Amino acid sequence: MNGNRRSLRNLILYLFLAAISIFCLLPFYWLLRSSLMDLVQIFEMPPIWFPKPVKLSNYTEALTILPFGRYFLNTVFIVVLTITGTVLSSSISAYSFARLKWPYRNLVFGILLSSMMLPYAVTLIPTYLGWSFLGAIDTYYPLIVPAWFGGGAFNVFLLRQFYMTIPGELDEAALIDGAGYFTIYSKIIMPLTRPALIVVGLFTFLNSWNDFLGPLVYLNSEIKYTLAIGLESFKGLYNAQWHLLMAASTVVILPAVIIFFTGQKYFIEGIAMTGLKG
Amino acid sequence: MRNILAISGNKKHPSGSLARNRKQEVLIGVLFASPAILGFFIFIFIPMIASLIISFTDYALVNKMQFIGLDNYAGLFNGSDPFFYKSLGVTTYYVLLSTPLCLLFAFSMAVLLNNDSIRGKAVFRTIFYLPTLIPVVASSMIWLWLFNPDMGLINTILRALHLPTGMWIYDENTVIPSIVIMSLWTTGGTMIIFLAGLQGIPRQLYESVELDGGNAAHKMFYVTIPLMTPTIFFNLVMGLIYGFQVFAQAYIMTEGGPNNASLFYVFYLYRTAFKFSKMAKASALGWILFIVIALLTLVVFKTSKDWVHTEGGK
Repeated sequence: MNGNRRSLRNLILYLFLAAISIFCLLPFYWLLRSSLMDLVQIFEMPPIWFPKPVKLSNYTEALTILPFGRYFLNTVFIVVLTITGTVLSSSISAYSFARLKWPYRNLVFGILLSSMMLPYAVTLIPTYLGWSFLGAIDTYYPLIVPAWFGGGAFNVFLLRQFYMTIPGELDEAALIDGAGYFTIYSKIIMPLTRPALIVVGLFTFLNSWNDFLGPLVYLNSEIKYTLAIGLESFKGLYNAQWHLLMAASTVVILPAVIIFFTGQKYFIEGIAMTGLKG
Repeated sequence: MRNILAISGNKKHPSGSLARNRKQEVLIGVLFASPAILGFFIFIFIPMIASLIISFTDYALVNKMQFIGLDNYAGLFNGSDPFFYKSLGVTTYYVLLSTPLCLLFAFSMAVLLNNDSIRGKAVFRTIFYLPTLIPVVASSMIWLWLFNPDMGLINTILRALHLPTGMWIYDENTVIPSIVIMSLWTTGGTMIIFLAGLQGIPRQLYESVELDGGNAAHKMFYVTIPLMTPTIFFNLVMGLIYGFQVFAQAYIMTEGGPNNASLFYVFYLYRTAFKFSKMAKASALGWILFIVIALLTLVVFKTSKDWVHTEGGK
C-alpha cells in the first residue's frame, strides 16, 4: 500500500518534471527544425515537425549574407577585454574590501553595493553624452572601459564573500616573511580563489556576449557590429526568411551554450551564492 | 599576531613600526579599492547627478542647453504626452503579472527538484537552466517565431489539440501575457537560487514534523515556506527591479505595438533619447523610473518585517 502510493507520487513528480522539460526544450527544437528547412517547408500548412530533406546550406547562406565571421571576431574582442578587465579590477578591489583595513571601508562598500539596484536607464543618457564628448561613439571603448573599473558591484561583492573565508593568518605569515600586499594578492589570494574567479569570468562572458543595449546605443558602422546587433539587423533585412533567421540565431546561441557546458559546475555554484548571501 | 609582526620587524621601536604598517595598509587598501570606487564615481554617481541636472533643461543634442526647471516632469505628468502614462501602465501590468508568476514557477521547479526520490536531478536542473543562457536577441527571435499565428509552434500545438488559437504578440490584449510566458521560460536562474536555499533547510525540521504526524502540506507551510522567505524576498526585489527594465523584447519583437500595448517604459525612454534626441526628457524619464523602483523596493523592505523570517525566529 505504502509502496504503491510512493510510486504513484513519483510518477506524478516525473510527469511534472517532464512537462517543464518539454516547455524548456521545445523552443530549441523548433529553432533547430526551422533552421534546417527550406522556405517551402516552413510555409507548409499544417506545419510539419521534421525537416525533409535536411538543409544544412541555410547555415552557410545565413553566414555569408552578413559578415557574421567579422561580427564574431568583434564580439570575441570585446568579450575578452571585458573579462580581463573585470577579473583583474574586481578581484583587487574585493581583496581590499575583504582583507585590508582602512577607514569607512564598510560604508564605502555598502554604497557600492547599493548601486546594484540602480536601473541602468538613469545613467544611460549622461554616460552616452560623456562618451560622445570624448569622441568615443562608434568605438569599443564604451563597451570595454567600464569593466576595468571594478567590473560592477556584483562581482566585487561575490569575490569579497570568497576572500573573507580565507584564514587571515595566511596574510600575516606572508607579511612576516616580508611579502608586500600585492604579492599576497597575486601569489596567495588569487590562486586560492580560482573557482571564484572562474565564476566571475563566466558571468562576465555571458553578460558581455548577450549585451544588446550597449552595442545598439554605441555602435553605428556595420563593420563594427557585435553578433547580437548583427542578428537584429539580419532580422530587419530578411524579415520573412525564417529559415535563415533561425540558422543565424542558432549560431549566436551556440558559443554561450558551449561555454555553459564547459563550466557548468561553476555556474550553478555561482548563482546559488548570489541568492544565499544576498 | 600583529605584535609578533611588529616585534620581529623592528625590535627597537615596535610601536613605531606598527603605526607605519597601519598607515601603509590604509594607503594600499584605498589604492587597491580605487578601481571600484572610481568606477562608481565615473559610471554611476556622476552620471546620476548629470542626469538629474539635464532633466531640468531642454537639451535635445542640437540646441543650446537651457534651464527650464520642472517643465519636463510637468509635461510628462500632465498628460500632454499620452505615451508616458501608457508606458508606465504597460510596464506595471507586466511587472505585476510576471513577477509573481515567475517566482511561483521557479519555486515550484525548485521544490520538485529538491526531492530525494528524484533521479537525474542534475539533468533536469541543466534543462531548466538552459533557456537563461540564450542572448535576449536570439530568444526574442525564437519566441517571435513561436508566436507566429500561422506557422508558429504554439498555434500548431493548439490546432492539433483542437483548441482555440491566439494572435499572441500581435493582439493588444494578449501581447503582455505572451511576453510573460516568454519570461517564464527564462526563470532558471531564480530556480537555482531557490534550490540552493531549499538545500540549506535543516533536515531535522522535516523529521520533527513527521514525528508530530504532519504531512507534506504541513512541511511546506510550516517549514519550507517560512524558512525560504529570505530567498523569496531576494528574488522578489530582483524580479521587480529587472521587470521594470524590459527593453529588448519590445525593441525586437513588437516595437511597442500593437497600438502601443507593449510600449515598455525603457523602450519608450530609448526611443525618446535615441530616435527623437530628446535627451532632457529621457533623463527625466530615467529619474522617474529610478524613483518608482526605489519606492517599490522600500515598500517591499518595510513590509518584509511582517513576513520575512529572520534567524532565531520572532
